[in-house]
Amino acid sequence: MPEPLKTLTSKVLVLSQANIDTDQIIPARFLTTTESRGLGAKAFYDWRYEADGSAKPEAVLNRIDPTEHRILLAGDNFGCGSSREHAPWALHDYGFRAVISTSIADIFTSNALKNGFLPVVVDQATWDDLAAHPDQPVTIDLEAQEVRRGNHGPVAFAVEPFARQCLLDGVDTLGWLQKSMPAIEAFERAAQERATAPEPA
Amino acid sequence: MQQPRTLFDKVWDRHVVVPETADTPGVIYIDLHLVHEVTSPQAFTEIESRGLKTRRPDRTFATLDHSTPTLPAGLNGLKPYVTPEAEAQVHRLEANCARHGISLAGWDSDDRGVVHVMGPELGLTQPGMTVVCGDSHTATHGAFGALAFGIGTSEVAHVLATQCLIQRKSRAMRVTVDGVLSPGVSGKDVALAVIAELGFGGGTGFVIEYAGGAVRSLDMEGRMTLCNMSIEAGARAGMIAPDEKTVAWLKGRRHVPSGEAFERAAVDWLTLATDPGAVFDAELVIDGGAIRPMATWGTTPDAGSPIGSRVPEPKSDSDRKALAYMGFEAGQTTTTQAVDVVFIGSCTNGRLPDLRAAADVLRGRKVKPGVRMLVVPGSEAVRRDAEAEGLHTVFTEAGAEWRIPGCSMCIAMNGDFVLPGQLAVSTSNRNFEGRQGKGARTILASPATAAASAIAGVLTDPRVYLTEAVDA
Ligand code: SF4
Repeated sequence: MPEPLKTLTSKVLVLSQANIDTDQIIPARFLTTTESRGLGAKAFYDWRYEADGSAKPEAVLNRIDPTEHRILLAGDNFGCGSSREHAPWALHDYGFRAVISTSIADIFTSNALKNGFLPVVVDQATWDDLAAHPDQPVTIDLEAQEVRRGNHGPVAFAVEPFARQCLLDGVDTLGWLQKSMPAIEAFERAAQERATAPEPA
Repeated sequence: MQQPRTLFDKVWDRHVVVPETADTPGVIYIDLHLVHEVTSPQAFTEIESRGLKTRRPDRTFATLDHSTPTLPAGLNGLKPYVTPEAEAQVHRLEANCARHGISLAGWDSDDRGVVHVMGPELGLTQPGMTVVCGDSHTATHGAFGALAFGIGTSEVAHVLATQCLIQRKSRAMRVTVDGVLSPGVSGKDVALAVIAELGFGGGTGFVIEYAGGAVRSLDMEGRMTLCNMSIEAGARAGMIAPDEKTVAWLKGRRHVPSGEAFERAAVDWLTLATDPGAVFDAELVIDGGAIRPMATWGTTPDAGSPIGSRVPEPKSDSDRKALAYMGFEAGQTTTTQAVDVVFIGSCTNGRLPDLRAAADVLRGRKVKPGVRMLVVPGSEAVRRDAEAEGLHTVFTEAGAEWRIPGCSMCIAMNGDFVLPGQLAVSTSNRNFEGRQGKGARTILASPATAAASAIAGVLTDPRVYLTEAVDA
């Protein structure tokens, strides 16, 4: 169950490339794990390390202090590709808590929201403004659904209302779903009756 | 009178357990849950930590495909797993299935295969169903008029525990591919042409219905290839209305009803087609007659064009980065650079007609020396059928390797991979940087194109080798 997330203020790390897919976020060869923790070391692995395992000194992800950069500012269509939840697990474990982009893939969005990692979609002008001021702290206010840069903004962003509530209150979604168990059982009974009912004449 | 509804509406409506409201998503019932070793272990851990069981093991089916070696056990009887972790992951699924009473198409099963090849083959996938799997290519099953989509591991836990998902309904898009496809043009070429048109994120937020004469003309395997790649345009699912081909393909499969029950089911399936006048949130129409054999030149699946056409000028830094990675230059064609590896397989193109198409090109010819060609059937059933027809001999006599089923070089996590810098022509679905191995460069294409490229040693339009080929 994710910890509640209400507001987040941090410098942004700009990765302006479009279409950062989940194979970039965590390469498939690390998916043989049976754990969801500890994947931060594998985040953007092939961007950060050479084939022999040595760190690439020029890689920005090796140069920043992850505790100072909680927010990723990424190019269009972030998180596309495979449905691996290992992607938000790895980003979260590395230290990121949110990504801002001009569009974010569906399954990534769904996976991220379940792991206390906030996907925020903004228009191009807002994106450009944030990218031009990477060292200025940005605030993502989930309660108000706003992004603010210093005294600039606020810029509203959309988030599915239920997912927002879950993040704000730390709601356990599986627990919430289980409350529908009577309706699920009734649905199954009705389907069973339909299947065994005699053919209408 | 009821509003005209789309295929998607009809399947959706049948599965609403709790309708969505402005504040809360709906609860949707899942008919079929497919499971593999990579995206499930954490989900089993999650439900067990809560003292929960798999609620409907009878609606849950598992297979081993991603981490599994495609070479047989050695003389010592040991399977050549790439790492101890890969082996442990396989054993974990075996143990989880045993504990939860879930059928597993394991190592000894004649049913084992890549999850999206196996499901339809066994008749587990049926029209009108909701099908999910912790895998983005679950859209494959939409070829049967099912609503099928990929989910994350948290959602795998949701389905294991409740047989339901918390969902909001996506928007609906219709992609109509009209006209008659030319000889040598396959479902893969249609898929690459559609994705090139929509763009990599163009389908985000949508469920796509594929319609039109060219789509209808595809066999079920071609339709699966097309639906399979819906995610490569960002779409959650792709669907095709069931027709007589769908019914004929499913008849007699193990999990499909038989006798009178089948006749009743078939009548119902045919009612699922989109009603005339139903409205879509977006529409795209493509002239199928104009589609040529396609291949990608970039590092996203939408970066595709007819084989032999020129690589377009880059429009962004991302485009420039993609071209630099691929080693291609704008204004040139991609048909001159030596190909190192050819891969035929995956849930996109690892079915019997795919192997036949490749064998038809290869028969009596040789893979160019220096090219490594790997053919990996999508399932044990495909392997049996292909061997019964002698396709494996065509491949091995041409100089290709014939393997046992698995995802293999599609995702490169089992030890089958393309070396850094090597250029591969692959029938899989993703050409991302490093997808087929660190530093690997991937061209996506059809099985016939892959085979033709293996012979020529460069990316090649397969119609060169097809006697009855007609050029436009
Ligand atoms: S063949 Fe490739 S795309 Fe298909 S399920 Fe396996 S890894 Fe995924």
